[in-house]
Amino acid sequence: MELSLNNEQQMIVDMVRRFVRDEIIPLEMHLDPDADQLEAEDRDRLVGKVKDMGLYGLDIPVDYGGPDIDVVTRTLMAIEMSQHRAGLYAPCYGVFGGAGLAQLFEASDAQKEKYLFPTLRGEKRGFFGLTEPSGGSDPARAIQTKAVQDGDEWVINGGKIFISGADKADFGLVFARTGGEGRGGVTCFIVDTDTPGFHVRRIVHTLRSAHYATELQFEDMRVPAINILGQLNKGFAIANDRLSRQRIPYSAGCIGIAVKAHEMALEYSKQRQTFGAPLSNRQAIQWMLVDNEIDIKQATWLTLEAADRAHRGDSFRKEAAMCKIVATESAGRVVDRAMQIHGGYGVTKDFPLERWYRELRIRRIGEGPNEVQRHIIARDIIGAGLR
Amino acid sequence: MGIRLDKPFLPLREDVIKTVQAQLGVYQLANESGEVCYIGCADARSLFGLRGELEQHLEDPGVSGFRVEVTTAYHTRRQELLMLYQADHGELPVRNKDYPFQLGRLSPA
Repeated sequence: MELSLNNEQQMIVDMVRRFVRDEIIPLEMHLDPDADQLEAEDRDRLVGKVKDMGLYGLDIPVDYGGPDIDVVTRTLMAIEMSQHRAGLYAPCYGVFGGAGLAQLFEASDAQKEKYLFPTLRGEKRGFFGLTEPSGGSDPARAIQTKAVQDGDEWVINGGKIFISGADKADFGLVFARTGGEGRGGVTCFIVDTDTPGFHVRRIVHTLRSAHYATELQFEDMRVPAINILGQLNKGFAIANDRLSRQRIPYSAGCIGIAVKAHEMALEYSKQRQTFGAPLSNRQAIQWMLVDNEIDIKQATWLTLEAADRAHRGDSFRKEAAMCKIVATESAGRVVDRAMQIHGGYGVTKDFPLERWYRELRIRRIGEGPNEVQRHIIARDIIGAGLR
Repeated sequence: MGIRLDKPFLPLREDVIKTVQAQLGVYQLANESGEVCYIGCADARSLFGLRGELEQHLEDPGVSGFRVEVTTAYHTRRQELLMLYQADHGELPVRNKDYPFQLGRLSPA
């Protein structure tokens, strides 16, 4: 693995850093501290700038019109893009675009025509419906939503919880049990949200005060058999692929927040005086700053290693699990120390630290709890027999 | 917590507003018929939280009552109340017509 950025990577990183500094942070001065959306006018203007930079639609494969940027460079960009108040869950407020549901790249031609291409054009939105009230960490066994075949249709009954964006989506990927127990009995359906029997029953408030999840209910919801994504009873592989892949940018976002919090702590510690000297002269504070530095470095290298393995086509499941654990936990510690260094100001909404502190707590649970990540690593290093 | 805000409206008068805490949260305004005409929130930019926000509506014509809910999830709670109103009435409250963001669709049981 190359341990330094090449010229192109450095140029792109610098460009994104300038974009965050010059375009995003000034806008945030006028937004509510918990905001996660820009007004349409600002959003459209910034999307235009990103397109001019040639960086729009980062995750879209080049064959589908996306920029030809490798996963390591995208990881470096993700670290930069999150370095602002809303950056953990709304990096640059989404103006860099995205690929939407990556699973649709494996869809049939007709499905791509109806769902993927309109999504890439920004005309349709999708949601990912996996987790159920019965559990999210072990979806292969927890899924109780049931689909029963009736002629050319499947009738789906059940529910999902903690689903982002379902209330605003045009369609979603819904995982339902079509066979026996375990991962072999799960199928992925593409469901239009205007299908009779599709209900968004309530929104679920969380620590993220500007973003909510939803609870869904399916009542005799009839879905055509042609809307099966992939193969019958092979839906778990579709879900699982996303879960591993997603852990790399998920980790990168945490690192960006940690970098920014650490920068703020460093700056504040040099300005703030106590007992006649700056905080930065105190060993207690110095050690916190040193620990921040170590935490950030560890998380960064593990995340870049996972990205590098993914880029080379090597197995990266274990590395993705490791970087998810280290990045989410170390970023939480870094922000916690930065708050401590800022004293009372650290817990106010005048600074972004309190928002990051709340939102980072979710990251140890989201995209597979860290305990599950440790289980994945244990299974890998001890052997597949461990269950 | 029930998803609807259904406590009784209080009169929108200076002496009543003074009893409201300067907290983050959501509020509803009612017209003279007691129907919701605006759903707002006191976010972290509000100088005196809910109390400050309500004071700004004292002179609004046709507004006679208010009710509040203290919550730190003021953004999502406001969206939830707007979505519920839309599910019940097929449109937004009359004073929320210019709400700048896309709202989701709820079909509460």
